[in-house]
Amino acid sequence: MSDVVEKTLTALPGLFESQTGAAKITNRLRQLIKSITELTSKHEEENLIKRELSAIKEQVSSPNTTMKQMREIMVRAMYCEMLGYDASFTYIHAIKLAQQGGVLEKRVGYLAVSLFLNEGHELLLLLVNTVLKDLQSTNLIEVCMALTVVAQVFPKDMIPAVLPLVEDKLSHPKEIIRRKAVLALYKFYLIAPNQVQHIHAKFCKALSDKDPGVMASSLHIYLQLIRESPDSYKDLTGSFVTILKQVLGGKLPVDFNYHSVPAPWLQIQLLRILSLLGKEDQSTSELMYEVLDESLRRAEMNHNITYAILYECVKAVYTIHPKAELLEKAARCIGNFVLSPKINLKYLGLKALTYVVQHDAKLALQHQMTIIECLDHSDFTIKRETLELLFRITNAQNVTVIVEKMLDFLRSCNDEHTIIHLIGKVAELAEKFAPDNSWFIQTMNDVFSIGGDLLQQDVPNNFLRLLAEGSESKEEDDQLRLYAVESYLTVLKGHTSHLPQCFLQVMSWVLGEYAHLQESVDRREVIRLLTQLLDQRSVSSETRVWILSALTKIPEGQTDLILDLAESLSSSQDTVLRQQAQELRHLSQDSQLREWVLPRGAPWDGIEVDSSLSFLDGFVSEALAAGAAPYKPPHQRQEELCEDRALNLEPYSFSLPVSLSSCSITDRQSPTLLSVSSGLSGNSAELSQKAGSSTLILEGVKRVWGKDGYLPQKEATAPPVDEPSAAVQPASQQEAAERIEPRPEPSTQNQDKQQLASSLFVGLGVGSSVSLLGKSEAPPPRFRKKPRPHESSSSSGTSKRSSDSSSHSSRNTTDSFLYGSFPEEEPATSISTFDHTPKSTTANGLSQNKDTKEDRHANTSQILGGDMVIVRPSTIQDKHPPSVSSDLTALLPADLKDLPHSDVISLTSDPSLSLSSCRLFRDEALLLVIFISNCTETVIKDVAVQLTCEELKTASLRGNVMDCLEARSTSVCHYALLMDDPHTNVSLTGTVSYQTQPGHTNTLPFSGTLSTADFIRPLVVTTEEYGKLWLSLSHDVKQNLKLLTDAGDPLRTTLNALKDALQLHVVDIIGSEGIVACRLLSGAPCLLHCRVNGAALAMWLRSPHPALPDFILYHCQRALAHH
Amino acid sequence: MQFMLLFSRQGKLRLQKWYVPLSDKEKKKITRELVQTVLARKPKMCSFLEWRDLKIVYKRYASLYFCCAIEDQDNELITLEIIHRYVELLDKYFGSVCELDIIFNFEKAYFILDEFLLGGEAQETSKKNVLKAIEQADLLQEVRHMCFLKICRISVLTQ
Repeated sequence: MSDVVEKTLTALPGLFESQTGAAKITNRLRQLIKSITELTSKHEEENLIKRELSAIKEQVSSPNTTMKQMREIMVRAMYCEMLGYDASFTYIHAIKLAQQGGVLEKRVGYLAVSLFLNEGHELLLLLVNTVLKDLQSTNLIEVCMALTVVAQVFPKDMIPAVLPLVEDKLSHPKEIIRRKAVLALYKFYLIAPNQVQHIHAKFCKALSDKDPGVMASSLHIYLQLIRESPDSYKDLTGSFVTILKQVLGGKLPVDFNYHSVPAPWLQIQLLRILSLLGKEDQSTSELMYEVLDESLRRAEMNHNITYAILYECVKAVYTIHPKAELLEKAARCIGNFVLSPKINLKYLGLKALTYVVQHDAKLALQHQMTIIECLDHSDFTIKRETLELLFRITNAQNVTVIVEKMLDFLRSCNDEHTIIHLIGKVAELAEKFAPDNSWFIQTMNDVFSIGGDLLQQDVPNNFLRLLAEGSESKEEDDQLRLYAVESYLTVLKGHTSHLPQCFLQVMSWVLGEYAHLQESVDRREVIRLLTQLLDQRSVSSETRVWILSALTKIPEGQTDLILDLAESLSSSQDTVLRQQAQELRHLSQDSQLREWVLPRGAPWDGIEVDSSLSFLDGFVSEALAAGAAPYKPPHQRQEELCEDRALNLEPYSFSLPVSLSSCSITDRQSPTLLSVSSGLSGNSAELSQKAGSSTLILEGVKRVWGKDGYLPQKEATAPPVDEPSAAVQPASQQEAAERIEPRPEPSTQNQDKQQLASSLFVGLGVGSSVSLLGKSEAPPPRFRKKPRPHESSSSSGTSKRSSDSSSHSSRNTTDSFLYGSFPEEEPATSISTFDHTPKSTTANGLSQNKDTKEDRHANTSQILGGDMVIVRPSTIQDKHPPSVSSDLTALLPADLKDLPHSDVISLTSDPSLSLSSCRLFRDEALLLVIFISNCTETVIKDVAVQLTCEELKTASLRGNVMDCLEARSTSVCHYALLMDDPHTNVSLTGTVSYQTQPGHTNTLPFSGTLSTADFIRPLVVTTEEYGKLWLSLSHDVKQNLKLLTDAGDPLRTTLNALKDALQLHVVDIIGSEGIVACRLLSGAPCLLHCRVNGAALAMWLRSPHPALPDFILYHCQRALAHH
Repeated sequence: MQFMLLFSRQGKLRLQKWYVPLSDKEKKKITRELVQTVLARKPKMCSFLEWRDLKIVYKRYASLYFCCAIEDQDNELITLEIIHRYVELLDKYFGSVCELDIIFNFEKAYFILDEFLLGGEAQETSKKNVLKAIEQADLLQEVRHMCFLKICRISVLTQ
């Protein structure tokens, strides 16, 4: 135990007596602590605490214990919990203490509650009444305590109960109460945003409160709100700037100073808010230049706190619309950080640099020597941050050195999180900037062996996709593949037992696909190496499946080896392996079938998915004729289930679709089968025939369970090999030779650093004009991925291909079939570049329109139930006025023209290109159409659009890459976006890269916001269906909304307003009640039940999705507020 | 801020405040791992460290470590100053605070923390105001013992 404690224990009595009142400690606690310090072992401590806890247990259950004693007991219980012992039996007494005790006891009771109980703890419900009572107390201290506990732990469901009381406290005469109320509301906003939507006006009042503490507290809420939708709060910019000016001018009371800096916390909060508001918005940014300048100027004292403000200020300057003068000053400030001898400041300097080099890579040049020093720093944290910085300044010239540094670091690092984080970055850099094939493959080998099975699945997936899809030149692709094959053969000849599973999987897939490219290597050798892996115990069964699939693809003439292998595996314990072995056997015996199932060198784009499964039509009709029951969608089945039984089967209702899907998975055990059926689909003419032939394989599969399983086991073929492991050496020698940086020797250290610097910082800021909006220089990536016109089909194609190799992954792909059903799968080349003159546009549009209009129309009306609003008001609250001529919508591809769409808004522009976007609401997805207009008189080449959004899934895209864009013309590209989980707002970011002159690539970033409302579609149901569905849904939310009373029938008006704003379907209105239904794209439904309740609309929402009602409610509230 | 931990050089936990809901098991695991990691760092190393997906900001005052977990976009330096301000508050309240004050009066340390930070955000940064709030609550406790003063004191306090 602490010797410090021991020494001072003797002085204890004096210590306690000297602190009267404020620090009165109870005898028992003192004894407890004292006896703990006297103990020598952990075991004794355990015994002591056990005794203590049982004494506490006895005392709390005794009826004679007074509240005062209870308070003392509770402090002891808290102490035991802090030591890590369970005192959960006291929780209920903590609540009781808060409930029944006087102010003194209450304080301890509330503290114990906030320490013991989590937000979700069920006992918290018992606290609600106490809190309610105390909030209404006339004693200020009690109100304060209640607000404090509310802001720390409070059950989400009970917020409505206390909300009005907390709201009232916003206009309380005492500032401490107002302050705590604001923070309690902030907490509510964080855990249930829709509950506090209606009190935004009151936040505004808190912002202009005369007490600085209350105002500062309200900034927490504003920061959060503005982070979510900066556009809605642009009008407050002026106020924030004024507040910051006042703070800087020393207008606040002196006791807000911290080390003679006025209210630093407030300053930092304001700087953050301003940077969010000024981001990509010139006019708003202009309002704050002056105050930012002043901020930079005033922060000159050499103390941590001024640096904290400076750091935030630099970040703000680089986030908002750039102003040269400020940028220069900010850049100078970074120097102060980086060059500081204090290590904390150095770290922050590196962090700031990491942030700013994204805007101007040249800034790193000034500090190259410092960066090099930090790279060899003894502190892990500094090293890691330096690598982060290097990652940002990587380009084609310095990539080898930087990646080498990162890999060196990773080899010596043993923190899982760091490895996962950094190794992904290495893979990204390797893919982006690889100077040559051998380097790329070597680096990826390192990535796989270092990252191992910690790697996120997308790293191997991307790598394989890159190999598979290749670039424009087949020759180059084949060289890369060939190199990979050679490299892997070398690796496999060495020791393989330590290799991670994911590396083995990658290798076996590549060997399976491309081993044939390597003419000089004997096929038998490849097969031998792969079979050898199968014998290893460390190889997981998933990897075995990959290996077997690879073997399925390799042979051609090596039937004997394969048959032996299949034989030996046919008695395996693992059913999947056994089945694969069977397939392997059949395919190797029937070369015709093989050729057809696994065509060599089939183009990737050729794989199409027949999502309607039309090739099964024949089978279905036969089955129907034979008396099978017709297919019913899950929804319908569910209803029938409800009808059949008298009992309500609510808890089971969702197990049905689940079991169904698992059913279908087992039906499709074989991934090969999957690829067969999909390989077939597109060619409708021969469908039925081929469907017939696919049953052939089915029969083959069935025989796994037949007599084959009993076949006597033959000797496994694979002979054990003891190939010299020296084969790896050439590679590492080569690697060593490639290393640019020699090991520094003490005498020439400085010189070496210079050399390293020149290799690290090469290519930064070479003669390119200052471009603040993006990296000034972005050399075209070496492995540019082929334009993928129909993401969905090709990605599911890829996964299907890889599902050749892994039956596990194939299960996931069943879902992606569903997404493949977009009617727009056209070849990539038909990118429509429309001329800008309206005349030809209409002509073009019309002629194309005629073809598709009719069925399109039928389609839409069928989906939308006829009462669909065609043009919806824009919910993207973009600051840019819709200055873009709306005739851009005329450029929409003909098949999309009839879809309901939003206004066209401008996304971004520069002198050469301007981008605008429009949202089209399709039933199963949101189409985001991006118009790319060439504003110059010259042709722009190699235009490529990239869009990223973490929360959304891109189901398909079209036209995001085009070779050239004629002068003054506009091209269209579009994305189909899917939302699986609702979010209030989703932000999109993206870049367009293009070349105005050959070899000179520009990038133009853009961003936008989408709301859940864009993904809501009407759900057309009858009142009866609604009733049944209602009963089956589990998650519900209730809330009172504003009722629109400006017209005759308030309910009808309100519902219509909601219908217009969100795409809802009003099912029925009966008297004072209305029922409304919608769904999230074609996914989870949400039912709304509305009832007029006095002047309010009582809304009750239900959905199978736990969060969906909250989001829909939020948008309803917004819609009504804006009305 | 996600949580704040106070622990001694021997790794004994002295105070813990969690601003994110976590299970007891997770809390114990995090505490154990973090105490180890922080204690293993050398005095000249920087006060920040990346840990899982969080940033840890810590500072040692005599035999006590103060340790806060923040998110990546938060400002490390200002967090360091939050720790310092808390220490200042404790110092002022206890009168040159030592580890023993916090051990024996840990509930007071919690009360002060709750007046300073609420729900993981700075609530009141003025030292005077925080201490005033604490003293008012403390005074009230005394008042109860001195009944004759009760009525007049409370009426003073509530105005």
